[in-house]
Amino acid sequence: MAKELKLMKGNEAIAEAAIRSGCDGYFGYPITPQSEVMEHLMIEKPWETTGMVVLQAESETSSINMVYGGAGAGKKVMTSSSSPGISLMQEGLTYLAGAELPALVVNVVRGGPGLGTIQPSQADYFQAVKGGGHGDYQMYVLAPASVQEMYDFVFLGWEIAFKYRNPVMILSDGAIGQVMEKLYVGPHIPRWTEEELRKNAPWASCGKPADRDHNIITSLDLDSAKQELHNHKLQAKYREMEEKEVLFETINCEDAEYIFVAYGSSARIAQKAIQLGREKGIKVGLLRLITLFPFPKKQVAEFSKKVKGMLAVEMSAGQMVEDVRLAAEFRCPVEHFGRYGGIIHTPHEVLEALEEKIIKG
Amino acid sequence: MFNPDIIKPENLVYEKTNVLTDAVMHYCAGCGHGTTHRIVAEVIEEMGIQDKAICIAPVGCSVLAYNYFNVDAIGAAHGRAPAIATAIQRMFPDRHTFTYQGDGDLAAIGTAETIHACNRGENIVIIFINNGIYGMTGGQMAPTTLLGMKTATSPYGRTVELNGYPLQITELLAELPGTYYITRQSVHTAAAVRRTKKAIRQAFENQKNKKGTSLVEVVSNCNSGWKMTPVEANKWMVENMFVKYPIGDIKVDGEKVKK
Amino acid sequence: MTEEIIIAGFGGQGVLSMGKILAYSGAMQDKEVSWMPSYGPEMRGGTANVSVIISDERISSPIISQFDTAIILNQQSLDKFEKTVKPGGVLLYDPNGVFNPPTRKDINIYKVAATEKASELGMAKVFNMIVLGAFLEVKPVVTEEFIEKGLLKSLPERHHKMIPENLKAVQTGKTIVETVFEL
Repeated sequence: MAKELKLMKGNEAIAEAAIRSGCDGYFGYPITPQSEVMEHLMIEKPWETTGMVVLQAESETSSINMVYGGAGAGKKVMTSSSSPGISLMQEGLTYLAGAELPALVVNVVRGGPGLGTIQPSQADYFQAVKGGGHGDYQMYVLAPASVQEMYDFVFLGWEIAFKYRNPVMILSDGAIGQVMEKLYVGPHIPRWTEEELRKNAPWASCGKPADRDHNIITSLDLDSAKQELHNHKLQAKYREMEEKEVLFETINCEDAEYIFVAYGSSARIAQKAIQLGREKGIKVGLLRLITLFPFPKKQVAEFSKKVKGMLAVEMSAGQMVEDVRLAAEFRCPVEHFGRYGGIIHTPHEVLEALEEKIIKG
Repeated sequence: MFNPDIIKPENLVYEKTNVLTDAVMHYCAGCGHGTTHRIVAEVIEEMGIQDKAICIAPVGCSVLAYNYFNVDAIGAAHGRAPAIATAIQRMFPDRHTFTYQGDGDLAAIGTAETIHACNRGENIVIIFINNGIYGMTGGQMAPTTLLGMKTATSPYGRTVELNGYPLQITELLAELPGTYYITRQSVHTAAAVRRTKKAIRQAFENQKNKKGTSLVEVVSNCNSGWKMTPVEANKWMVENMFVKYPIGDIKVDGEKVKK
Repeated sequence: MTEEIIIAGFGGQGVLSMGKILAYSGAMQDKEVSWMPSYGPEMRGGTANVSVIISDERISSPIISQFDTAIILNQQSLDKFEKTVKPGGVLLYDPNGVFNPPTRKDINIYKVAATEKASELGMAKVFNMIVLGAFLEVKPVVTEEFIEKGLLKSLPERHHKMIPENLKAVQTGKTIVETVFEL
């Protein structure tokens, strides 16, 4: 299929992908560093072409509930925000998970806590993969490391969201949101017709025909025994994702004595650090996480048997490193390096940390 | 004196609408919710829009409304029903999305969602039950609780100093250009039920004609929360609630009604 | 070939758009490119900078701290970025408003009096393209043909009538760039 070359910011790629992937509705609220998502949609006016609805809501709380409503009616709906806004959305995310609704949520992470800073960060890892909202639930979390992946993961996100009836988060950051790179876009995928929607999402509350019972979308069950069964079902779904939907990439790992474990922007920076390290004769590779939940446990475990040490590189005070350590089970040293609060570590700093904390350490 | 022989089609004087399910309602005897459910369901049946109706249930006493309305339904997070309805109605413009909300849901935790949906003039119907109290959680103070009224969280009576004033959210919403029809009704007498049904019909007709937001407030009792018998509660409602929340149309055809 | 560039100056000097045109031109010439702006409050009136990478290979990190070339348009940016140029790299600056010129002896230094020239020729709008021309004279990472294609792709159609003036500005930049110090 012929692909068209564009040069776009990561945020714009999200918007472009929404339109081209047959998204039915985007509901959002402006926040730096991801406002270009809605701005691009408003410029493109997809309601005049594909019929996609775009609405600026009064808050992130409202945005995520609009998403909940659209998803409950079987539509392909999404929102995007950045850290403080995603905190406001936690209520809606747990309801989406509890009611088993497919939806796509993009977090272009900035430094925190609180209002924090508008510069890039990866300090929302825990919030994204360990729940965030209340109750036992998981989102499928994708970590794009390029503008192309910002685009591609929207398509992948719909697939997973509807396959598992579960919210999918694209956990990006200010750097990937703001950077402009080459992007190859494919042809438009049409939005579902009402017939397709009713076939693909027979559970949806979009109007009850005479020949079926009324559909009810809810996360409430006052009977605890039933609620526990519902939880079992959710957990089984998450285990299935762990079994079937793990994504990762290995770079320069064939002969590696040391491994960087990183995702998103940090994975790009680590790649540069690998070049610098190899120039100095250090055999280092990268395990780039693409899904953060499900976490590539097996791959980390395998590397932990082969290498002399791993450095978890993330723009946070040390979040993902906990999962790396759990999977490595003390078979090799695992250390953390990262700048945070909106500071991006440099490739030199990353290499230096490897030398100090792992090679010398 | 039960005589099974009289159960014949020609003797039928009243039949439950098919737009209500057979589930036994959990509402307290004497509560206005049951009646309001019934007339909403009857309007849906009479307009022939059961296949197009989508109910957004709130958090509050009517949290299980989706079990009673025989239409597709979505249970909202507390206060968020108007946001949910907004998205659905925008993506399915030919449907009849309606929210069914209590005073805590609509006028406290969901104030932002309510005001902004109304201000955008979303083509939705809002059924608003105002009984001045939080029934489901055990009778705590609501934004619409009257001054002096005793609740679990205003045990000595609501005061301005401690709690501020009762919120007349309906009058406030009538000020917004997006609202097309705003009325306040009740279901405590047969005549009131007929007027309310007419109002609800009007609201759904407006929606059919894509007129913007229609809101029907139903001032109701909460005999359990108010700790009264149903009869006493209705009397108290007329004497007290109707003073602060007078019955009648507030905005019709996009124009405020002159008093 | 990989060229890692920082362009820095005041907001309003066309720093971001110069970077964008360069990136588009690289992309048109079938190079890998990235354009990473500083963003936030400093966009509004303060300093602005953008790092652009043009490469024959897949770009690892778009976020870099050392550059092959720094294109500097004010004193603050010079103070901040002179030290980030890799030894043997290039620093190109507009002397307008620069009272402490660069001092390093391990890099190549060039200047382009673009502000002065733009005002002399009444070409203030394409000031940044004069600077771009100067850069391309020093480091021809993209050819002129692709600069034109990059302009076509990056400018909205209503601005396409300005392309000849932009290209003229690039030519001007090429002719007025001066060597300050060469290794």
